[in-house]
Parts: sequence; C-alpha cells; structure tokens
Amino acid sequence: MLTGRLIHLRPHYDVVVVGSGPAGLAAALGSRAAGAERILVVDREREAGGILNQCIHTGFGLHYFKEELTGPEYAQRFLQDISAREIDVFTDAFIADIKAEAESHKRLVLMSGMYGVRIITAKAIVLAMGARERTRGAIRIPGARPAGVLTAGLAQKFVNMFGLLPGKRVVILGSGDIGLIMARRLTMEGAEVQGVYEILPHPNGLNRNLVQCLQDFDIPLHLSTTVVNIHGTERVNKVTIAPVDTQLKPQMEKSWEVPCDTLLLSVGLIPENELTRKLGARLDPVTGGPVVDSTMQTTVPGVFACGNVVHIHDLVDFVSQEADLAGRCAGEYVVGKTRPADNVKLLPGQNVAYCVPHTLSTDREHTVYLRVKEPLEKSSIRFGEAYEKKVRYVSPPETVTVTLRPRFLEKFHGEALRVDVVPRE
Amino acid sequence: MIYDVIIIGGGIVGCAIARELMRYHLHVLLVEKNCEAGFGTSKSNSGIIHAGHHASPKTLKGRLEWAGNPLWDALCRDLGFGFKRVGEITVAFTEEEIKTLEHLKWQGDQKGVPGMELWDRERLRKEEPNLNPDLIAALYVPTSGVINPYEACFALLENAHLNGLRLVLNQRVTGLRAVPDGVLEVQTTDKVFYSRFVVNAAGLYSDEIADLAGVRNFTILPRKGEEYMLDKRLTGFVKRIVFPCPTPVSKGILIIPTFDGTLMVGPTALSTPDKTDLSTSTAGCEEIFAAVKRLAPGLSERDVIAEFAGLRAVADTEDFVIGPTQLKGFINVAGIQSPGLTASPAIAKLVAEILQAEDLRLVLRDDFVPTLRKPVRFAKLPTEAQIRLSEDDPRYGHIVCRCEHITEREVLDAIHYGARTLDGIKFRTRAGMGRCQGGFCTWRCMELLQREAGVPMAMVTKRGGDSWIVTQPEAEEELAEALAPEVMPC
Repeated sequence: MLTGRLIHLRPHYDVVVVGSGPAGLAAALGSRAAGAERILVVDREREAGGILNQCIHTGFGLHYFKEELTGPEYAQRFLQDISAREIDVFTDAFIADIKAEAESHKRLVLMSGMYGVRIITAKAIVLAMGARERTRGAIRIPGARPAGVLTAGLAQKFVNMFGLLPGKRVVILGSGDIGLIMARRLTMEGAEVQGVYEILPHPNGLNRNLVQCLQDFDIPLHLSTTVVNIHGTERVNKVTIAPVDTQLKPQMEKSWEVPCDTLLLSVGLIPENELTRKLGARLDPVTGGPVVDSTMQTTVPGVFACGNVVHIHDLVDFVSQEADLAGRCAGEYVVGKTRPADNVKLLPGQNVAYCVPHTLSTDREHTVYLRVKEPLEKSSIRFGEAYEKKVRYVSPPETVTVTLRPRFLEKFHGEALRVDVVPRE
Repeated sequence: MIYDVIIIGGGIVGCAIARELMRYHLHVLLVEKNCEAGFGTSKSNSGIIHAGHHASPKTLKGRLEWAGNPLWDALCRDLGFGFKRVGEITVAFTEEEIKTLEHLKWQGDQKGVPGMELWDRERLRKEEPNLNPDLIAALYVPTSGVINPYEACFALLENAHLNGLRLVLNQRVTGLRAVPDGVLEVQTTDKVFYSRFVVNAAGLYSDEIADLAGVRNFTILPRKGEEYMLDKRLTGFVKRIVFPCPTPVSKGILIIPTFDGTLMVGPTALSTPDKTDLSTSTAGCEEIFAAVKRLAPGLSERDVIAEFAGLRAVADTEDFVIGPTQLKGFINVAGIQSPGLTASPAIAKLVAEILQAEDLRLVLRDDFVPTLRKPVRFAKLPTEAQIRLSEDDPRYGHIVCRCEHITEREVLDAIHYGARTLDGIKFRTRAGMGRCQGGFCTWRCMELLQREAGVPMAMVTKRGGDSWIVTQPEAEEELAEALAPEVMPC
C-alpha cells in the first residue's frame, strides 16, 4: 500500500495523472516508459490504488498477469513499480480546477491538507478519475427518504475498509458486478440478502459473478423486476417490488413488499468527467466519457484519458492495457514524439452502443473496445466490408475486444468504418 | 426556574421568534423534538423569499409576507446565511395570461412592491434565453430572492443561543397546563419546565400542542410538496425564479436557481393525512417535469440528482393562526404555510408585540450581539483568496465533499457549532448535497464526528432517532443511550 504524502511538491510537471486507480497507475508507468521525467499522480483517497483497495475478492489479473489476484494485490503490482521508478504520488489531494492555457501548458488547482491550495502546471495530463455510482436520485425511486439506502460501493467501503455492517436484512437493486459481489460479501458477514432485483430481462454483471456470488449462496435473482417504493420514516423498513413489462414499466397490480432495513443500489456507473468538462474536451453522449483518438488523446491536445473515465470497463485488466497506451502517448507527447495521425473514424452500427477509441490510423495495430446493445449468440463483428470476426456470444455487460491489424484494413480506403454486430449467416 | 417564554418548535418561525426575543431582558427556552433545529418543514421547501405581489393584502399571510420581505437583508448581513435577491419572472404563453400578469402587477403596485416590469417577448428572450421561445411576455419582480432556509434556522438559533437562549433538543412536549400564580407547566418526554408564556410554533404539530393546552380551535391539514434537484452543470440555466402564469388555485411548478447554483424544480401540492409522509412519487415527478418542460424544453428528469418532499403546515382556516388564546399566556403561531418563510421575521416581531400586549415586559438589552462570525463558503472564493486562507489553515485545502468542494475546516466548523448528524453537517456545509449524494463524504463525515464530537462511527445517524447508518454491536447500543445528551451545545 502506498500513502503518498509528498514531501516536496514541484510547481511544474511533465505529466500529471489525475487518479491513482488502475488507470492512473498504469498510465504513470506508461509515461515513464515513454521518457517523461517529472510525473505526478494525484488521488483524493488516502491510499493509492483506487477502488481496487476495497475489492478484497479475487478475480483480477487473469488477462493482464495470467493469474488470479485480489484487488489490493493487483494494485500492489503497479505500486511497486511506481515506487521503483520514482514517480511522485500525492494522495489525500484533489484537483479542484484545471485549464489548458496553451499547447504544452496546463494549469491545475491542487488542494490538500498538507499544502492547502496550490497551483501547479503540467505539459500533459492523463485523466484517470474513474467513475461514480448512480444514486437513488439519478434513477428516481419514489417513496420515503429514510436512512439505509446506499450504493453498493459505499457499502463495500464500510464492510471492507472499516469493518462496519450497513444493515442486517438487505435488498439489492441492480445486478451490476459490485451488487453481486456485495450480495456475497454481506451474506458472509452475517446479513440476510433477500434478493437481487434487475429491471432488465438479462443480468447486468459478469457470468462468473452470477455463479460465484448468487448461485453458490442461494441468493435469488429476479429479472424484469424493480423497486417501486421505499418505506420507513427514520430507517428503511420495507420496499415494494414490482415486475416490469417489456417497456420496463412497473406493473403495480402485481407488486409485493419485502421487509428489509437496507436497500443497496448497484444500478450503474457514471464516468467522472467534471474535469474533462472544465477542459472543454468533447464528450460522447453514449459513453459519458471524452471522445478519444487512437492514442487516447481527447479533443484537447496534450490531454489524455483512460479507464472508466472514458467508458465503463467490466475488467480491470483492460483498464490497465488501455491506460498503459494513454500514458505512453502522454509521455511521447511530452518528449515531442508523434504517431501518425488517425485517418479512419469508427461509427457504431447495428447492435453496437459504442466503440473506443473513436478514430484509428490504418498503419498501426489497435485494440478496439465495443459494447453491444442486446445479447446475441453466434454473432459476427463486422468492420464495414474490410474485416469480420466471429464470436460465440456477446452480451451488454461484457466488453468485446477486437485487435485490428493494419493488414485487415489494407483494402479499406474510406474515412468512416461502420461497426456492426450481426447474427452469423 | 420559571422562564419568561418557552417556545415550542425550532423551525424557522420558532428560531426567528427566539432570536427576536433575545433582544430583550428575558429568560427564554426553546424546546425541539428533533435532534437539530429546522429538520421539519423548514428544511424541505422551495427556499423563496417572495416579493409580496402574489398574495392578497386582505389575509394575514399576505400582510406578513409583504412585511417580512425587506427584513431579510439585515438578517443576512448580520447572520451570513445564504440569501440572494435574484428576482423572479412570471411568464405568459397567451394574451389571456398577459391579463393575469397585468393584474399581478396591479396587485403589487397596490402593496408597493418596487421595481416591477412587464417584459415583452424580445426582452424575455434576451434575459432568459433558455426558456420556451413560445413565451410572449413576463412580469419581472426584482425583490424576490432565494435563501437556504436551513442555514437561516441554524444561524438564527445560533445567534439566539449566543445571546443566552436555552435550547433543549430531542424532547417532545407531552403535556401543557396552567399551574397557580399565572404559570404554565410544560411537560416533555424527559423533563418539566415552567414559564409565564408559551409560544406554540410547533408547525405540523401545532394543532396537537394546542390540544394539549385545551384551546384547539384549528386543524393542521398537511399539504405535501415534492421538489427535484438538478445536476450542477445546469448552473446559470435560468438567472431568476421562473413562475408559470398562476391559476386561481395554484402558483404552479417553478424553476428555482437556488443560492448555491443548483436548479430546483417543484413543488407539487397534495393534501395528505400523515404528518410523517415525506415520500416522493412517480406521479409527482411526472407532474413536475411535464410543467417544467413546457417552461424550459431543455430540462428533463434525466438531470435529477436528488428529490425530496416537505409538508406545508396548512391550517383549515387557510391563513396564519397567530395570537393569544383562552389559556392565559399560551400564544399560537400556527398554520404557517407559504409564504411563512418570507414572513417569519415579521411574524417574530408580531409575536413580540403580542407578548407585550399580554403583559410581558420587554426591556431592550444593550449587550445584545446581533451578528455571527462570517461563514466561509470556500468553494465560492476566488483561487487567490483560497490560497491565502489555506496558508493560514491547511484544513481548508483538505476536501471532504468532492462534488460541492467542501473542506475539512468547514465541516469542523459545522460540528463545532452544533452538527451531530450527517444531515446536520449536510445542511450546514452542503457536504453530501452534490451529484454523488454522499458516496464520497459519508464515511469522512462520520470519521470527523467521531474525532471531533466523540460520536463513535457506528453511532452516527442521518438525522437522529432510528436513522442509523451502520449496525451497532449490542454493547455499543447501551453506550449510545448513556451518551445521548439531553441538552446539546448550540
């Protein structure tokens, strides 16, 4: 674990990385590898590692390290390298404002209990703020406003970081991965998890979590159902559950009540792009994150982004991979190296919610991440007429990763490449 | 000890009366059933200081609204709560509605509301470009304002306390009767107090208090209002409070640019028999956004970060019920529905007059301190000022609430001046009011309450009572009871 109490804060850096979660750590290392000298990683938490620190379950690193690690172990692999490569890490610190004043001159307002409010500058910035959880307000669950309605991530923090139990009889709304993980965790801590309720007709978490967190613990999963009312004046005492029709409209006449003292929300993540907005970078309304080119650069030169700030990832391994690229490109930007400009735009087509990055260069290899809208068996991912990849099964909770090699696009000469996920003929 | 005055209820009305009475040589006690002041109707409303042209001068509430409006500048200057005269506009879609605007303007002119202007389409477009382009006119009234009503409660109470008010929290009044020598006895869940005068400012429960005194001649019929808070990236979307053209029954659904820059839309108005029903509803949300989208097509329910409901303490007379009763010394200040917030400083002055008329000797003190320390709203300061402040105290650099950029020092101040719950911190500092709704600051505030106020993390509540955040080991539950203070420092 690394609690980076900076002894000496410099006024100028080559690269400032905002966030020390998996994205920020890999990006900082990438920048160093590309030759950037003065690198600062800033994090508002007390310890570097981001959300990994409270993810004490296993399942991390299968792709990246080819072994199964816990969250803190996964973070530790990076933190060791960060220390060894003398990258400055400043935790319990906060970037309150940020401005791109000139091509290689970004001004940041850095707040900390150690130095108060300071202004620092950077040549390049990597945005790695991650995501926040969607709250009750954002999904507008009607009903009373008692204590006991909280996000799954906050519950995880209470249990794993403080040894505090947020409730004894728990209902979980949403089958996102954090909700599934917490269903198991709270059960192991002695709480009764009444069930997981998902408004969509399909689960929203990884298949392995459905098996290991719900089935193995006999926790029921109710699809096409949602919480339509919350009861209790001071603390939650029950919730009303209703099935939804195909338009996701609750069928109140079929509703029932479930006594509980806690409602946990695992209803999605929102990329944290307040700083991105302050910089004036263009955002993709679908991902909620910045539009990025194949070097993970946003529309503001010298500002790069990676991880959940760009789009919500389901596996940390892909975050690290993407952040390494963003960090390297930020490092290259600082030392004056450039890669060939992008010449192809990716357009999400049939059954594709989004693709990242948003543009490509036909003379390099790229990893393209895309998310489908509907589950589909025996499907085919088509990049226009140029390239087709067959996949057994796609579903919205699992990112599809495609490696695009220059030779795949040899015969392609357009400017825009449409990406479709279609049933195999 | 026999008090001169006991005030029942620490909402905006009770707090304003308490502060007004502390100007005089009096022994005053305020009894509040909740763990903090202002946690009832006063914290859950539209937060508007009305100009005075909406209400008819024939009613008591209409007169006190008009009298209350100009008193807020001095109060704000002395006490530092969030208040700003942003002005309001009432808009019209049709020629018919313009006639209503003209009537409102006439009514305002009669009452002497200053600075009103009728705007044509072009002017409205220029001043508020995000409103529906189909709007053809507006009545602009500059003296309307927005206020953080909970901050006003805390500040009034804190100032009253500074000047010697005694405050009792967490105690509900359970009995009230006359005892010999012109003294009233007030029984609470914990104790008995004696006083020559009792002011019933119990809001939603004022009819029940009057009942205890045996002089009930009105009934409170709670009327619920739902409000929805929108994401702060919409700050500046409208500059003024936007009213639709009123109908005979309702002022309608408003768009309110709050003091802190958050847009708030609402309220609904629905009678409910249950005085604890603070639930929001799908129907309420739909009603509000249908109305809001008509005024400003750029807003939608997707922008919501939080919602709440409040209950207006409406008396069956539909007007304020203020005055002495058949029980000598027992004064009602009840039925304080909208525009009660606006009227509250004028109500306080009226109550002082009534007490005097009822033979309470009012002698002005020369040691009354009208002001409080100036609160620091760190996030609103320019960077240079922030740097200077944080050089003196680096806790101003330590962020506790990342959405609203609230610092450790501000939370410590809140705890120092009485916050003992998460809502107490939230309504004093804004920590937890932002888009993540406490995901980041909840445990940080709990830690600070533990460190600074000695409330163990597992015993911190959202707003007192059974609103626990995490479960407590049984041994700690007993400790909690042992530690529960009966008199809180203000």
